[in-house]
Order: sequence, then C-alpha cells, then structure tokens
Amino acid sequence: MANVTIPIGPQHPALKEPERFDLTIAGERIVRLNSKLGYNHRGIEKACEQRTYINCLYLIERICGICSHSHATAFVQCVEEVAGLQVPKRALYIRTLIGELERMHSHLLWLGIAGHEIGFDTLLMYAWRDREVVLDLLAALTGNRVNYGINTIGGIRRDVSPEEVVEILKGVDILEERTKYYIQLASEDMTLAERLVSVGSLSTADAARLGAVGPVARASNVDQDVRRDDPYAAYNELDFKVITDTHCDVYGRVLVRVGELMESCKIIRQLLKNLPEGPIAVKAPRKIPVGEAVTRYEAPRGEDLHYVRGNGTEMPERVKVRAPTLANVQAVAKMLENNYLADFPIVLAATDPCFSCTDRVIVTRESDSGNAGVMDWKALRAYGIEWYKKNRGLDCSRIKLRSR
Amino acid sequence: MANEEIIQQQLAKQFPATDGKIRIQRDRRIWVEVPLGIFIQFFQYVKEELKFVEFCTMTGLDEGANLAFIYHMAQEHTGIMLNIRITAPKPDPVIPTVTGFFPSAEIPEREVEDLLGAKVNGLAPGRRYPLPDDWPQNDHPLLKDWKPAVADVKAEVKNG
Repeated sequence: MANVTIPIGPQHPALKEPERFDLTIAGERIVRLNSKLGYNHRGIEKACEQRTYINCLYLIERICGICSHSHATAFVQCVEEVAGLQVPKRALYIRTLIGELERMHSHLLWLGIAGHEIGFDTLLMYAWRDREVVLDLLAALTGNRVNYGINTIGGIRRDVSPEEVVEILKGVDILEERTKYYIQLASEDMTLAERLVSVGSLSTADAARLGAVGPVARASNVDQDVRRDDPYAAYNELDFKVITDTHCDVYGRVLVRVGELMESCKIIRQLLKNLPEGPIAVKAPRKIPVGEAVTRYEAPRGEDLHYVRGNGTEMPERVKVRAPTLANVQAVAKMLENNYLADFPIVLAATDPCFSCTDRVIVTRESDSGNAGVMDWKALRAYGIEWYKKNRGLDCSRIKLRSR
Repeated sequence: MANEEIIQQQLAKQFPATDGKIRIQRDRRIWVEVPLGIFIQFFQYVKEELKFVEFCTMTGLDEGANLAFIYHMAQEHTGIMLNIRITAPKPDPVIPTVTGFFPSAEIPEREVEDLLGAKVNGLAPGRRYPLPDDWPQNDHPLLKDWKPAVADVKAEVKNG
C-alpha cells in the first residue's frame, strides 16, 4: 500500500493549540512526522527590546498561562545577575515555593489531559478536581490562579503570612494523599499500563541525542534536572530526588510526573519549615548595566532557558527565550515512528506540549500582498460588514454596537 | 582549582586564539569568544573532549556591523554552561551548521535565518521557522533597524 500523508492541524480537535503535523502513514502505522511550528509566534522577544525591564517582566510572564512563573523567574534571574543584585533569601524561598506549586498544578493538569486522550475521563475529573486545591492556594498567595505576578526584579512582591503557611500545609497533605492514589493507580491498574506501555517509545540514547528535556528525558532514563544540576533560587538548600524511569514510553512519562508530584510535596514542606525571616526584595535600578546572563529553570515541562543582554538603559538590548517544548519537538517525531496513527494524540500529549511557550511579533500583514495596513475600529467594522455582504449575503449593518 | 578554571585553561591551551577571551562570570557560567574560522574545531572539542553534551539553544544578536551568535552548551552533570560567541559580518552573515553534532540545532538555526537573516551553511532544506510561509524573504524582524510597520496595530487584517 502506498504511503499517505495526513495533515493534522493547525486547527484540529486533538491539538489544544495551533501547530501543524503532517503524518506520513503506511496503513495504520506512522512512517514519519513533519511538523510546522510558528503559529503562536507573537514577537515577544522583539517587543521586549521596546519596553522597560518591569514591563518586560509582565510580558514574559504571559508567554505561557501554565508555566508563567517559570518564565518570569528565569527572566528576573538573568536581570538580577546582570545588575549584580543580591536577592534576599526569603524571596528565593517564596519563588521556589510558587514554582513547586506551579509544577503541581501543571502536572495535575497534564494527568487529566493524558487520561482524557486515552478515554479515561474519570482520571481527568479526579486530577482536575485535585488541581483546584493548588490553584486555590496560588490564588490565596498571589491573587491569581495563573500569571501570579509574584516576581519583581530584586525579589518578590508579596510575602507569605503564618496563616497562609498553615493553609499551604493543609493543601499539601490533601495533594500528597491524592498523589499516592495516582501512584497506586499507575502501578496497579492494568488498563492504564496496557494502554500506555511501549507507546511513544524514546530510547535513552535518542532522548539525549535529540536534546529532550524535563519529564520526557527523565522518563527515558536521562538523569538530568536543572534544579539539581544547575541550582537556582533555594534549590541548593533542599533535599529532593530526581525522578527517572526506565520504561522510555508514555507509561514512564506518567510515572515520572506522579513521582515528581510527591517530590514537590516534600520540597514545599522543607521550604515552609525553613522559611527565613527578613525582607522580600531589594531595590533594583531602573537602568540595568551593560552585561549579559543566561539562566536555566526547571519548568514543569523541562528546561526553560532565558538570555538577557543589558545595554545600560531602561530597556534590554536582547531577550531570548527557549521553552522546553521546542527542545522536545524533534523527540516527538522519533517517538511516533512505527506507532499507530490512533496513538498520535496521547504520544504528543505525553510530552505536555505548550506551543504558546514554543513560539514566541505583533505584526499583521495581508498575507498575499505582503502589504502592511492599519485599521481603526470603525474601518474594521466597515470591512466586516462589506465582507459578510459580499461573501455570505448577510447585511450586518443594522446590528447596533454597545458604546465603548 | 575550580572546574570552571580548569576548563578555561584547557580551552586557552588548545585554542590560543581564545586566550584572554574566556570569562568566568560566576559559578557554572563560562563565556568565550571564538573566531569564526576555528569555530567548528572548537565546537567539536568542547563536545567530545570536555563533554559539553547538551546543546541548550543558540541566541542570535544584531550588533550593528556584525551579527553575533551565542551557542549555549551545558556539561554533563556539573551544570556548567559554556556560552560560545561567534560573529559574522552583517552583509554576509554566513555561519556553519552544528546539526552534524546536535540534530536539535536545526530549529534554532532556522530561527536565526528567519529572524536575523543569517545564512547557515550545511543546514538541510526544510520548512522555515518561526515566520509564516508567505513572509517576505528579506524581511528579518529581529534586526535592530527593522521597524514594525504596524507596531500599534489595533486590528488584525485578514484576507477573505
């Protein structure tokens, strides 16, 4: 039978974000994958060059809704290194605390999606119900469920009160109990194992060769974790295990993530027990000196790299972001080789892809002519009315708009 | 002697052209400027001999007369990052590919081609990244003199 190429995306029910994957299949088996990324490229790096460092921080935090704290922390760490700021220890502990809570909500989110992709919607409901515990804690600590805005250059913006410490510990107890259940489920439930073992295999050698990061690499038995290998914030004072697994498949990726949930509970307790007293920020200059820094951050999805170059002004000369999903994209192609087409959604989902992070220009052009154009609200409305009249035979001109 | 200093000495000894151009900024961060002509030998040495086996990514920069490229490498288990900087003249910014060492370099290399107009010698043909397929060929948004024609755009105009 001749090979057939099936385009999946940029808009497709199996994808949560717009990216395109052309799958060449022979019968039911995938022969190769050709991906087209960039649909979510928003030019954030360029935009940063035209904004002050503080403006950049809020923009950078919006690279991703799920691992927003990861990006914000990686960015401020770079700026603080260039500016030579000594961040207070209490601030470093609280940054780490928010980072681990973020990891827990991200992994629980992922667990639910993974359950959904294999038709196990009870797991989706359970995991997302439990995730609310973390999100409530994050909302109490920062004011937001995502995009916490906790970081500032030189420290953090909000302290943690003793009452909040008690609430976090209660929440962690609940989450730990639930994680034990998920570990039991993953180790004993035959349905889950039989559906996921040997699906989306990635050998240790391939994971290392293709530059896989995070839980994807660790589930292929690559022993790497930036929190241990290149510690930042408070990680050099914490005792935790780097979870790896030898299954080298989707099942291994489940085991690694549920294992990491347990480690996060352990880390959070240590942080709260040893939370230092003192200030939560130092004053940062508006103008950051000439210099450059690069930082790595172990985001829930893997290594997040930021590079910042200062030029002595209030705005950075260059900001570079390499999110973990970009590092894992080539590994996905390898994982899919010789797998069934029907396994594509779970294999892709098992990398916990985030294409908002991966693609990072606010520019609009008429796609055929290449001409740039600007429309105000009135002109856009007139354009819309004309388009619907011409192409759909609808007269929308009588629809009244609410005053703005 | 710290590991970073040992690496600094090994590099300076093996590649005298880099002597005086290696900077240890802090623990686990080394920055080195390498002439374009010896870049590939240098790259091979740090991967194979010094075990900088993780290619994290590369950053492209517009520095006026030149384009600069920084290759961010990490050493196995020590967490030491070696940041290798090369430059190429802006009118003819040709650099060699490192995909032969790290297949994962393909996407970052396509990115510097798209966003800065670099030419990466040896990079296999493939889909551009990250700009759309119909983006003009000689329009590179990360160049400093590139101005967004519609930076304060309030609406997105789409065909049809």
